[in-house]
Amino acid sequence: MPTTSTLTRTSAPALPVSLDRVSRTFRDTANEPKPVLRDVSLEISPGEIVSLIGASGCGKSTLLRQIAGLDRPTGGQVRIDGTAIDGIDQRVAVAFQEPRLLPWRSLRQNVSLGLPKGTARVEGQARVGALLDLVHLGEAAALRPRQVSGGMAQRASLARALSRGPGVLVLDEPFGALDALTRLKMQDLLIEIHSAEPATIILVTHDVDEALYLSDRVVLLGVDADAPSAGAGIRSITSVPGSRPRDRGDARLAELRVELLDGLGVPSHHQPQPH
Amino acid sequence: MTIVKDEARLNPAPVPPARESGAGAPPTLRQYVSQLGYAAAGSEAGPQPRADRLRPWLVVAGFVVPLALLALWWFLTEFSIVPAHRMPSPQRVLDAAVAMTADGVIFGHIAISTQRVVLGFAAGSLLGLALGAWVGLSKWGSAFLSPTVGAFRAVPSLAWVPLLVLYLGISEDSKVTLIAIGALFPVYTTVAGALRHVDPHLVELGQAFGLARLGLLARVQLPAVVPSIVSGLRLALAQAWLFLVAAELIASSVGLGFLLVDSQNNGRVDRLFLTIILLGVLGKTTDALIGLLERWLLKRWG
Ligand SMILES: Nc1ncnc2c1ncn2[C@@H]1O[C@H](COP(=O)(O)OP(=O)(O)OP(=O)(O)O)[C@@H](O)[C@H]1O
Ligand SMILES: [Mg+2]
Repeated sequence: MPTTSTLTRTSAPALPVSLDRVSRTFRDTANEPKPVLRDVSLEISPGEIVSLIGASGCGKSTLLRQIAGLDRPTGGQVRIDGTAIDGIDQRVAVAFQEPRLLPWRSLRQNVSLGLPKGTARVEGQARVGALLDLVHLGEAAALRPRQVSGGMAQRASLARALSRGPGVLVLDEPFGALDALTRLKMQDLLIEIHSAEPATIILVTHDVDEALYLSDRVVLLGVDADAPSAGAGIRSITSVPGSRPRDRGDARLAELRVELLDGLGVPSHHQPQPH
Repeated sequence: MTIVKDEARLNPAPVPPARESGAGAPPTLRQYVSQLGYAAAGSEAGPQPRADRLRPWLVVAGFVVPLALLALWWFLTEFSIVPAHRMPSPQRVLDAAVAMTADGVIFGHIAISTQRVVLGFAAGSLLGLALGAWVGLSKWGSAFLSPTVGAFRAVPSLAWVPLLVLYLGISEDSKVTLIAIGALFPVYTTVAGALRHVDPHLVELGQAFGLARLGLLARVQLPAVVPSIVSGLRLALAQAWLFLVAAELIASSVGLGFLLVDSQNNGRVDRLFLTIILLGVLGKTTDALIGLLERWLLKRWG
């Protein structure tokens, strides 16, 4: 049931996302309200890459779930391309924090699950093949998830999200399970993919360097020190200078890194260098 | 349930072949499938040579007890320790088999009984699958149906026989219906239970990629519970044979159950033995067929 024309395209144009005072309150086991997110407002322009960072448990995944329509905010609204989302939205593709591959399908079949409905068979197969090659899983396409490593599974999950050709791509710690080297390669890969098929990308990461290397803006989520039980909000938004691909050794990035680590409450042991 | 991939049996290489990193070790992959329908796996360092050497002997061991029983049977009858009108000799049972094969009577009984089991089993398990899916997946389905189905299940199924005979007569319908009732509940119970426990993460994943209702059922929920469906089917098949004999004992003029009653009335204890052996063989054979189906399904979906 393609409700939007974006479903029939191989790759949709990047779409703007706006978070309008998004709040989410859960109920704890004693049925007491437990605010997790409070009044998160952010305008994300089409094709932008935004990273969310923040302490573990501060609500990053919860915010992504609101954007993907997997959960409904208890206050506020998420709009994609101007329309408020209501339930799971086919313009958004998600890669979850866990790979969530169907164990009875091969990697190839798992990736094709992401194809938009109504994709012609041949075209779909070609796209899946290309994506598998892109994430370096061409050789492993026929294997089942239990036969591959955690990093391979996570790459398959990324390829599945990409196969949708989404207007908005939501990635929850996409490279979290990868070793340091593969992680660097995958970051470059994501940049490559983004320039080939620009989607709006919102990603969660624990790695400040990764956030700075990949994104246009880095959003620090966290609770207000004065009202820690009120839920997390946006603590700071950092615009990253330069354009991709960036120089990993850029001194400006190093300065921002220190700021962000401080924001996360991690002492950076940074001594300003006398020139 | 444990499946050892065929290759493990075919290539009992003492040293596991070196593999590319990450690719697991498919040749010696052992797969465990839990009741919940998840598959988990661990690969082993290599096939155990000891277990491999033992395997033929383990198969032989399975024949020891039947042969011993046969010998005991022969002994008891040969030396008239049990009188012949109570226990026929193996030879007399064989003669009965030959005679009934020669005039073809036995095939009629086998065919009609098998047909009843197959029809009843198919109808009952399909209905059980549908009901189980409904109750397992839908909150309202469960609220509406599960108390009622539970109550029906609590009725000892043979209690339906008089009613079925009254409504449907001594016809094929009444027997097939009774068998279907017997096959329905094991499938219903296992499927409904398993569907309730499908990994919610996988269900959410399916939804996130646009699957809903039947699509979700076909692509995520049913495949996840294939192992439970198969074990439900196995139980259902055993029930089907049980109910077949019950139905035929009570009301029929042909079939293996009828043959039991008929032989009893005519004092043909040799035919009684023959029929019991036939029922065992048929039950075991159909169970083995389901076993094949299970292996294929678990290879595909496990
Ligand atoms: N369905 C839920 N019901 C109740 N509480 C929830 C639920 N989902 C999340 N929470 C709570 O919301 C908070 C934020 O969870 P979330 O998963 O968004 O954190 P996170 O920032 O992604 O953490 P991490 O970096 O460890 O992945 C946690 O305290 C968690 O207990
Ligand atoms: Mg998270």
